[in-house]
Amino acid sequence: MLKFTQDHEWLKIEGDVATVGITEHAAEQLGDLVFVELPEVGAAFGKGNGAATVESVKAASDVYCPLDGEIVAVNEAIVADPSLVNSDPAGAGWFFKLKLADPAAANALLDEAAYKTLIG
Amino acid sequence: MDDSAPTLKTPLHALHLDLGARMVPFAGYDMPVQYPAGVLKEHLQTRASAGLFDVSHMGQILIRPRSGVLADAALALETVTPVDVAGLAEGRQRYGLFTNAAGGLEDDFMVANRGDHLYLVVNAACKHADLALIMAAVGESCHVEPRFERGLIALQGPMAESVLAELDPAAAAMRFMDVRELTLAGIPAVVSRSGYTGEDGFEISVAAEDADRLARLLLANQRVNPIGLGARDSLRLEAGLCLYGNDIGPDTTPVEAGLTWAIQKVRRNGGGRAGGFPGADVILRQFETGPERLRVGLVPEGKAPVRGGAALFADETSGEAIGIVTSGGFGPSLGGPVAMGYVPVSRSTPGTRLFADVRGKRLPVTVAAMPFVPTTYKR
Repeated sequence: MLKFTQDHEWLKIEGDVATVGITEHAAEQLGDLVFVELPEVGAAFGKGNGAATVESVKAASDVYCPLDGEIVAVNEAIVADPSLVNSDPAGAGWFFKLKLADPAAANALLDEAAYKTLIG
Repeated sequence: MDDSAPTLKTPLHALHLDLGARMVPFAGYDMPVQYPAGVLKEHLQTRASAGLFDVSHMGQILIRPRSGVLADAALALETVTPVDVAGLAEGRQRYGLFTNAAGGLEDDFMVANRGDHLYLVVNAACKHADLALIMAAVGESCHVEPRFERGLIALQGPMAESVLAELDPAAAAMRFMDVRELTLAGIPAVVSRSGYTGEDGFEISVAAEDADRLARLLLANQRVNPIGLGARDSLRLEAGLCLYGNDIGPDTTPVEAGLTWAIQKVRRNGGGRAGGFPGADVILRQFETGPERLRVGLVPEGKAPVRGGAALFADETSGEAIGIVTSGGFGPSLGGPVAMGYVPVSRSTPGTRLFADVRGKRLPVTVAAMPFVPTTYKR
């Protein structure tokens, strides 16, 4: 199941674990990323909390936790090479895997069609 | 800048849209922050080949002495700036500063001796205030003509000379800070060998109606790409150059900002035309006593950029901030973060380790000499 947030994140949900990244639209708007800071594995976040930070040449931006949950894996490859987020935001540029506190809450997020409408 | 203010357009606005630029409001103008290539590539392009920048938003101001004697204009301007204007030779340009009564800075600018007049280029956000300041200082003895409608194109980078020399071979004979009238594909231009990237290059002033044609002609050269404000900022940061409003302003003196080189000996104590500018008592005293704080370069030890506004601390745990970062970001040519800011003189020696507060974490930074990237001016 693929879901999206209004903060331009995507979630690929398999069982009770969501792989989270930022959308192509977000990556394009941010521009060339030069720094990524990821959360610790084991950290718990509420929906809407800042879970990661990305920085372009010009500015820093937060990546929000899309649902309540606990971090079970992070993608160290984007820390070593932040440009992966720009070149493959929906694939190799994923950020973290989140064990969802309430998998049913994902139903309230946007589907792909609704997200495409949002970004026009 | 008030966001509700009407957005102005430079003579190159249509070109930016044609090139697919991402436009942002800046100093009242709709300006390109980046083109499709992106900030990183644009920055590296400028250091490796040549970049074309629209800086038409900056203010061009002409000062012509009513007497016909340029020294009258130069001496009048010296009442509002601590730089040696009267000693500037014909065809030469230098960096200038407007000071206030407290010794702070009202703006920084370039001033050229054009023989029968002075020609200034000032910051976009300050240009109307600067014009009023200049009128008050020189209006009695000089005609002051704002040329805010004119185009100003910066061509910067190691290939800038050969690119411009294809249009007028006289460009190649110019040295850093020379100013000449060139004819570029039939377009009359006033060209200075200067810029604000740390690279060799030129700033080209042309009539508004000629700017688009000249810019497109320069961009037709394979070695030239358009560069937006994003890369302009990272280039000047790596070059250790101040951004007015960030690194210098009404509350920083030229001595604190490390700009003493811009105040020639003739304007300092013991000089032939010492003082006579706003804040001279404060500024000239600081030459003798030294300032309490100083602008320094800062290199973060990790990969995280440290941005303007971050507080600086002497150690990892102390409660009292000792300084502040005024500009910072990622330096594409360095491949890592760089910053500048103000620290007490006792902590200003290169190699001094400090800590910057970034999102609640104390990140180690080291005081470093600037420029971070060596400049390549053709002196």
